[in-house]
Amino acid sequence: MAPAADRRVALPGTGELLIVMPALNEQDSVARVVREVRAAQPDADVLVVDDGSTDATAERAAAAGAQVMRLPFNLGVGGAMRAAYRWARDRGYRQVIQVDADGQHDAAELETLLAVQAADPSIDIVIGSRFAGKGDYPVRGPRRWAMRMLSVALTSIVGTDVTDPTSGFRLVNRRALALWAEHYPEEYLGDTVEALVMAHRAGLTMRQVPVVMRVRETGRASTNPVRSAVYLLRVIVAIGLAMVRRPPRGGDS
Amino acid sequence: MPTTRLTIISVIVAVAALVLVFELLRRRRLREKYAVIWVLISLATVVLAAFPTLLRDAAHLVGIQTPSNLLFFGSVLVLFAVSLQLSREVGLLEEQSRRLAEEVGALHLRVEELEKKQQAAERGSETGRPTPGSEAQSSRRTSAQ
Ligand SMILES: Nc1nc2c(ncn2[C@@H]2O[C@H](COP(=O)(O)OP(=O)(O)O)[C@@H](O)[C@H]2O)c(=O)[nH]1
Ligand SMILES: [Mg+2]
Repeated sequence: MAPAADRRVALPGTGELLIVMPALNEQDSVARVVREVRAAQPDADVLVVDDGSTDATAERAAAAGAQVMRLPFNLGVGGAMRAAYRWARDRGYRQVIQVDADGQHDAAELETLLAVQAADPSIDIVIGSRFAGKGDYPVRGPRRWAMRMLSVALTSIVGTDVTDPTSGFRLVNRRALALWAEHYPEEYLGDTVEALVMAHRAGLTMRQVPVVMRVRETGRASTNPVRSAVYLLRVIVAIGLAMVRRPPRGGDS
Repeated sequence: MPTTRLTIISVIVAVAALVLVFELLRRRRLREKYAVIWVLISLATVVLAAFPTLLRDAAHLVGIQTPSNLLFFGSVLVLFAVSLQLSREVGLLEEQSRRLAEEVGALHLRVEELEKKQQAAERGSETGRPTPGSEAQSSRRTSAQ
């Protein structure tokens, strides 16, 4: 029993802050990101949500000290996040930060998000934006126009600047958690775009904050003209859907 | 009359469809809520196939020149309604299975935690005292609660 005795025993978290990483086939980066995040926020619990990775993502995340929630089949980022938000709500976490597992988000910027809510607790959602002035993140061509369009539309809907609508680097408090634990769009882009519209309609407040993001290091990069055009179309659909859909009833916020 | 042959063929096809629906019903492959609509549709098909003049009269009644056009119009309408309803149901089912998947993920994680906790407790009772790590952790957690 000697070797097992010093293994860290994970107990149900009742902590303050949960850091969630949706991860799909990110075995090359997930362990490093988990370690960076744990080093940057030692008091936080880290939850990796893996839905159907075919590589060693879950094992490596667990070995790096994260709790790993494995979903039986692929639900996309939206499904993974809703599961995580529900988990966080049931465990009574006060704040949840979503971080990409691919190493694009800098663990040092977690503090940036937290600082915004610490300074103004009335802000329910803090969005880390890579286009808001800090650092320079290269996105060009149709994808850039699509993002611009999305940004303009979303900004006018929610009434506050959202220059990086698809950012997966977000902090939420309990009020937003209560909403998103029950209602979180699972469609492509819905998880980022429609979720914000939904939150706005539910009366939640949001604020973006500039962060530095790194360019994707491992795994697939998603840039070619056809994909970008499809992306643009889906952006339009996503905005349209977000606009015409009835806000969820019985949102328990 | 050349149409008798046609009538026979279409009656056979329509009856076959009706038998298929009943067979599915009998084997409990068709839920009650869909059964009614399919039985109605296949019955109507049999009737129309057996009495083609009905179709002609109906077309005349609503002012459609070619009776088959009424048939096409009716079928398209029915199929549209049915497939729309099915899309709705599929969406519902997908949502339910997603919820289940999310629940399963959460339950898995809870079971794992409980197992770890139990193992830690067993190790603790074996050595006569809790392992330092787990004790420190559990007291921190409970005090935070
Ligand atoms: N759980 C889960 N995570 C996913 C899925 N698709 C992408 N991710 C993760 O979501 C994060 C962002 O994905 P990425 O492809 O980098 O999106 P981008 O940064 O917007 O280009 C990464 O950590 C991915 O591993 C999925 O279907 N399920
Ligand atoms: Mg990424």
